Amino acid sequence: MSLLLETRGLTAFYGDFQALYGIDFEVEVGEVVAIIGANGAGKSTFLRSLVGLVRPVGGGIRFDGDTIDHVPAPVIARRGLALVPEGRRLFPSLNVEENLMIGADRASAGPWTLSAVYDLFPILRERRMAPATALSGGQQQMVAIGRALMGNPRLLLCDELSLGLAPIVVKDIYAIFPHIRAAGAAIVLVEQDIGQALLAAERVYCFQEGRVSLSGRAAELSRERISQAYFGLH
Amino acid sequence: MPEVAVETATRASRAAAVLFSGLIVLVASMPWWAGSGTMRTGVELLYYLALAQIWNLMAGYGGLISFGQQAFIGIGGYTLVLFAYRLGLDPYLSLVIGAVLAGLFAWPMSKLLFRLRGAYFAVGTWIVAECWRLVFANWSWLGGGSGISITATVRGIDPWWREALAFWLAALIGLGSIAGVYLLLRSRFGLALMALRDSEAASESIGISVAQVKTWIYVAAAAAFGLVGGLIFLTKLRISPDSAVSINWSVTIVFIVVIGGIGTIEGPIVGVILFFLLREYLADYGAIYMIAFGLLAIAVMLTLKGGIWGVVQRRFDVHLFPVQRRVRQAQGASGGGFNVETST
Amino acid sequence: MANVVDTLLQGTLLGGRYALMALGLSLAFGIMRLVNVAHGDFIILAAYLALVTVNALDLHPLAALLIVVPVMAALGYAVQRGLLNRAVGRDIMPALLITFGLSVIIQNGLLEIFSADSRRLQAGALSSIGLLLGESISIGWFPLMTLVIAALVIAGLEQLFRHSRLGRAFRAVSDDPEIVQLMGYDPRHVYALAMAVSFGTVGIAGTLFGIGTIFDPALGPPQLLFAFEAVIIGGLGSLWGTLAGSMVLGIAQAVGFRVDPGWGILFGHAAFLMILAVRPQGLFPRTRDA
Repeated sequence: MSLLLETRGLTAFYGDFQALYGIDFEVEVGEVVAIIGANGAGKSTFLRSLVGLVRPVGGGIRFDGDTIDHVPAPVIARRGLALVPEGRRLFPSLNVEENLMIGADRASAGPWTLSAVYDLFPILRERRMAPATALSGGQQQMVAIGRALMGNPRLLLCDELSLGLAPIVVKDIYAIFPHIRAAGAAIVLVEQDIGQALLAAERVYCFQEGRVSLSGRAAELSRERISQAYFGLH
Repeated sequence: MPEVAVETATRASRAAAVLFSGLIVLVASMPWWAGSGTMRTGVELLYYLALAQIWNLMAGYGGLISFGQQAFIGIGGYTLVLFAYRLGLDPYLSLVIGAVLAGLFAWPMSKLLFRLRGAYFAVGTWIVAECWRLVFANWSWLGGGSGISITATVRGIDPWWREALAFWLAALIGLGSIAGVYLLLRSRFGLALMALRDSEAASESIGISVAQVKTWIYVAAAAAFGLVGGLIFLTKLRISPDSAVSINWSVTIVFIVVIGGIGTIEGPIVGVILFFLLREYLADYGAIYMIAFGLLAIAVMLTLKGGIWGVVQRRFDVHLFPVQRRVRQAQGASGGGFNVETST
Repeated sequence: MANVVDTLLQGTLLGGRYALMALGLSLAFGIMRLVNVAHGDFIILAAYLALVTVNALDLHPLAALLIVVPVMAALGYAVQRGLLNRAVGRDIMPALLITFGLSVIIQNGLLEIFSADSRRLQAGALSSIGLLLGESISIGWFPLMTLVIAALVIAGLEQLFRHSRLGRAFRAVSDDPEIVQLMGYDPRHVYALAMAVSFGTVGIAGTLFGIGTIFDPALGPPQLLFAFEAVIIGGLGSLWGTLAGSMVLGIAQAVGFRVDPGWGILFGHAAFLMILAVRPQGLFPRTRDA
């Protein structure tokens, strides 16, 4: 299996506060990897460092063999790394279709076209002209995912997809993951909902106060080990 | 909890206080030994100092950036024309009336202008100032568009006394503005003002009425500008709408404060001195002088955080007019103390 | 009665000129939340640029647009990318003070180069011929043309904003300059392109201004104030609103001039202050903040 993304000793700050203390992390082509951990553990800062929204102060990131830790975010996006940001962060001045289209503006061609995204999320086709922020939380999450997919990324990063959504909606959203993998992307997801994370992912990392406290195959980790790592008890 | 005391003085500030007192004595004696030209430049420097200190209080501490303070300079100047020249009142009394009128007009003006925020507020104040300019330009009894000479107001006052009085008044206002701003910032109102500058939302949440504080600052600044405006035209003895309510007042004051160091008391002092030095040496070059001034302001804005004084302050950690509060453990308490400094 | 109609017409036509001047300011407000205090001075700069082009290449002033507009657009890109990008952010002071500085530099620079003499771009018959309506009302061809051009530019800009990739990028970057990077857009470049468009309209406005009136280096600040008033009266975030606001301003000024020549501008300011008092969001606002 080939390594798609790896970080070695990644160190980063969130404002004045050190959020990451040397993270070693790997994703292979086609994998689904989950990152779990309490609030403030550094999970979001980690994803943001991968896409270039946060400049790491130490360590390195390699994506498909290229070092990207000091590459500007717009360039990283064009290389095939996409982020579905925490809180969706849709553009309020754009309607649903425009939010999707802007995802494709600077990206390479691939299976994810507007039509393909509408097939994945049919409700969006119905509401394509509505201002993006007029949609329900779950629908907005679909738009955010669609926007990221329109760039035809090889690695899709998802930050807290379930935040603020009803469980049934969350299930619907995670149900599309197989389609994303089938089209050729690997996925890293950050999730507060541990059960959902373990269901969706093959491997799991647990972050605790800026460090990796546990990593392994989802099927092989016991609940007890996970909660110990989550809360920092040994 | 260990006993704590709040103190504000630093070693440098104590030295500065001594120097300041010495300076006051020196300045007060100037009419007896300085020449007419020096006195006139002195008056100018002192009133620019006052204007800069007040503008800095509004903008650097109150977060109110006004490009329209010239309105109040105009009100002060034209109060002189109306009361002293036309109605024959004592010119020095007219100065006080000018300050009061400026403050009174500022109150309804603020109600309207505070509907705009930030940069829009700045341009809004400029527009309101323009309204004042046009009003004065259309008021023929006060000279109208071509202006008016008001030497008659000081006929009968001995020239030496007139110059000396203007100088002392300027000194009182100029040096007094430094003292006034300093004392204000050390007061409870000053603390509220600095909290407001840092975060309006947080200030509201602890009970500070942001609207009230801003209104008070705006009105007080207007009155101060009105007073200085009267003084300016009492010394020039000729006024016109274009000279009294000119954006150039704002241009000069803004540049002085920004280059000197916004948000500090020392900054405007540095800025005024620099302005006068630049004017001495570059005035012959006309427009080039203003271009240089503008370039300097932009360069400072982009590269020197906090102006020239900001650089000095950071480099040498010196505060001549300290307004930070520092919490020190009281004398006699045991153990290592803790020092919590709040920013200026 | 004819007087009233004439005043309204003159005011409306004046609104056309103000609208052209105000568009660039409206764009900068909307996309970058930037108040360019030197906006009026750049308009005058464009007028002088047109003058130089006309004299150097012996062109008709309208033909000079072909040079002035691209040059101004390039200038706008450079100013934003080189200078103002460093001032974009939550603190309003840097941009305000930098553009204030630019205003002083441009005015005095123009003074040094061109002196304080009044100039005018000669457009020949175009400036003086008019249309006769009824018995006593005449409309100048040039002011009418200016109004039409203003409307065309607005229609073009609306098209750009609503139906083009660039317009989409402009709207997105004004919403969220951080996240727009995830779509491969560099906000610094997008802001600079927006300023290029803004300055392009300034190029048109300045050239037409120079044909329509006499100008000198000190005329920048009044144009800034008029443009600002037009945008605020019309309502932030709407280009057609800016046109409406410009006409309100123009009509107010025309009425003022009719009452007394010294009161024209003051009536305009009064209209602005009245809107501020009773409807501070303007006539047709579209954005969320002011």
